[in-house]
Amino acid sequence: MGRRISYREALREGLRAALLEDSRVFLMGEDVGRYGGSYAVSKGLLDEFGPERIRDTPLSELGFVGMGVGAALGGLRPIVEIMTVNFSLLALDPIVNTAAMLHHMSGGQFSVPLVIRMATGAGRQVAAQHSNSFETWYAHVPGLRVLAPATVEDARGMLKLALADPDPVLMFEHAQLYNLTGELPENERASMDINQARLRRLGSDVSLVTHGGSLPKALQAANELAELGIAAEVLDLRILRPLDDASIMASVRKCRRAVVVSEGWRSGNLAAEVMARIHEQASPDLLAPVARVCSEEVPIPYARHLEEAALPQVHKIVSAVKTLMKYTA
Amino acid sequence: MSVLRDEDKPRAPIPWGKSFAVAVLLDMLRIRRMEEKAAELYGEQKIRGFLHLYIGEEAVAAGAIRALEAKDNVVATYREHGHALMHGVSMKSIMAEMFGKQEGCSRGRGGSMHLFDRSRNFYGGQAIVAGGLALAAGLALAEKLKKSNTLTACFFGEGAVAEGAFHEAMNLSALWKLPIVYFCENNLYAMGTALASSESQTDLCVKAASYGLSTLAVDGMDVVAVHDASQWALAQARSGSGPVFLELKTYRYRAHSMFDPDLYRDKKEIEAWKKRGPIHSYTQQLKAQGLLTEAEYQGLENTAQQEVDAAVTFAEAGTWEPVEDLLRDVCTQQVAV
Repeated sequence: MGRRISYREALREGLRAALLEDSRVFLMGEDVGRYGGSYAVSKGLLDEFGPERIRDTPLSELGFVGMGVGAALGGLRPIVEIMTVNFSLLALDPIVNTAAMLHHMSGGQFSVPLVIRMATGAGRQVAAQHSNSFETWYAHVPGLRVLAPATVEDARGMLKLALADPDPVLMFEHAQLYNLTGELPENERASMDINQARLRRLGSDVSLVTHGGSLPKALQAANELAELGIAAEVLDLRILRPLDDASIMASVRKCRRAVVVSEGWRSGNLAAEVMARIHEQASPDLLAPVARVCSEEVPIPYARHLEEAALPQVHKIVSAVKTLMKYTA
Repeated sequence: MSVLRDEDKPRAPIPWGKSFAVAVLLDMLRIRRMEEKAAELYGEQKIRGFLHLYIGEEAVAAGAIRALEAKDNVVATYREHGHALMHGVSMKSIMAEMFGKQEGCSRGRGGSMHLFDRSRNFYGGQAIVAGGLALAAGLALAEKLKKSNTLTACFFGEGAVAEGAFHEAMNLSALWKLPIVYFCENNLYAMGTALASSESQTDLCVKAASYGLSTLAVDGMDVVAVHDASQWALAQARSGSGPVFLELKTYRYRAHSMFDPDLYRDKKEIEAWKKRGPIHSYTQQLKAQGLLTEAEYQGLENTAQQEVDAAVTFAEAGTWEPVEDLLRDVCTQQVAV
């Protein structure tokens, strides 16, 4: 029997375990220490590990992310927390131009074992500048590995493997997930990986391919569809780069219909890449065109009803599936 | 015309013994002749892409890096051929890299702007202006946390001080008392924009000092002054008292890159700076002090030329990486995307 734990607690346990296991690991970011992390993920860690390893930084994303790259090059295992993905735009240069490219530019001599964690996503009425989902942008860049833990098991377990990766790894924690609770299996470590997508629900009529904060919505949609007699499968991508094509195609070939659900604006969304790959690799097996549910093409509005209308929602997923069900063999 | 702080001051006598003093001259000649050859090879299209020459600024790399230890980390910019050579990267591997050959120090994946050599603790070759500063501060943080006494030397041009990254790196490294020396090579022009056209405060030491760094501005055309200042700065940083900012006032004789028609500078200004050229002024001083004969000077020229010739031969004989290897070295462990 596992134990029940919140996503936030799971992340904290993962951090604590990493800090205990490897003296090269340290956490650096805005308000990670005395404040306890803006989402309270690192609460208590300063007392346990001290200010050398739980480092509060000034509001200098460009500076401290760049320092994370250097510290990783220098033999440490930094975990850099960027408060939210919105502020990561201030650090695009060290992430993309340096961390992602250094191994290649140096002809394979240097590796950058850096982990960058950040909150992402909308849904809390914090308006346009604090509601972005830019995972797709990072998933565009060769040299990065992009993770989207959406369960307590992944929140607890992915960090260890991210730290073991010799290259830069970005972890996106959807802000709506921090309070989510789930069952942490006892044998979690044995089965953890950062390579493969995972089926979160089995089905046969339609495959809902999703990630991060959209996973609970896809699961809820699958529940509602079941009541209508439609068996939806839910595939959690987990790793946004590199994509696990084999798992995507296996699910899509089985269900023969697919809806890709991904927060973030529709144009150029990761969903478009997933759809293109399905088209390239599995189109003869499909009964229906692939559909997508993404955010509307508008900065996320403050007003609750408008914010809800802008984001992927359960009813939009259900509606997309119903349309696809009109296509039959 | 820019005002030089030490322009009219007589240089101090060279305080070094003959062998050290002559070795410093040879270092500057090696950089100069290597780069003159690179420019020539660019004309022959053997070297392509961007090529940023350091000609005129050799006293900085030669004077500063000689004050470092081999274990110390060096982070430089896209104008880094001289720094790489001074920190022990072989001229052969530098030249082969500029040719794009797989025998190059970055296996032909980097080119002129991205020279790297892990075995020499040479961290590039960072070609985004000010992009190397925080990286260097991070290396210094790692050394501090590892409790090593390895220093990090970060070279960059004065154009970088206009970037936010400069200010964040200065603040963080002073706040955390990091063992790092910032070598700001002030050649007065950020590509084509003069310092006074881009900075409200043109005294760069004032900027760094405002973050709590120790600072010093010296004549970057005088290799003795550069070396002395570097030794002072490195000793200070090694003592654990925090980072140091050195401003080396220098001048590039060539255009910003091979694509630059160089229309923004007064030719008289260039000529005036050439009179203070780091190599010939130091050579004259050596001769005047009886530390160098003309025959010995010719011997140094021959030595440098032989090294350049051997480097070009090596680069010419180098091989092209097979296109089948294109996707190599994107990730440390190759993954399918």
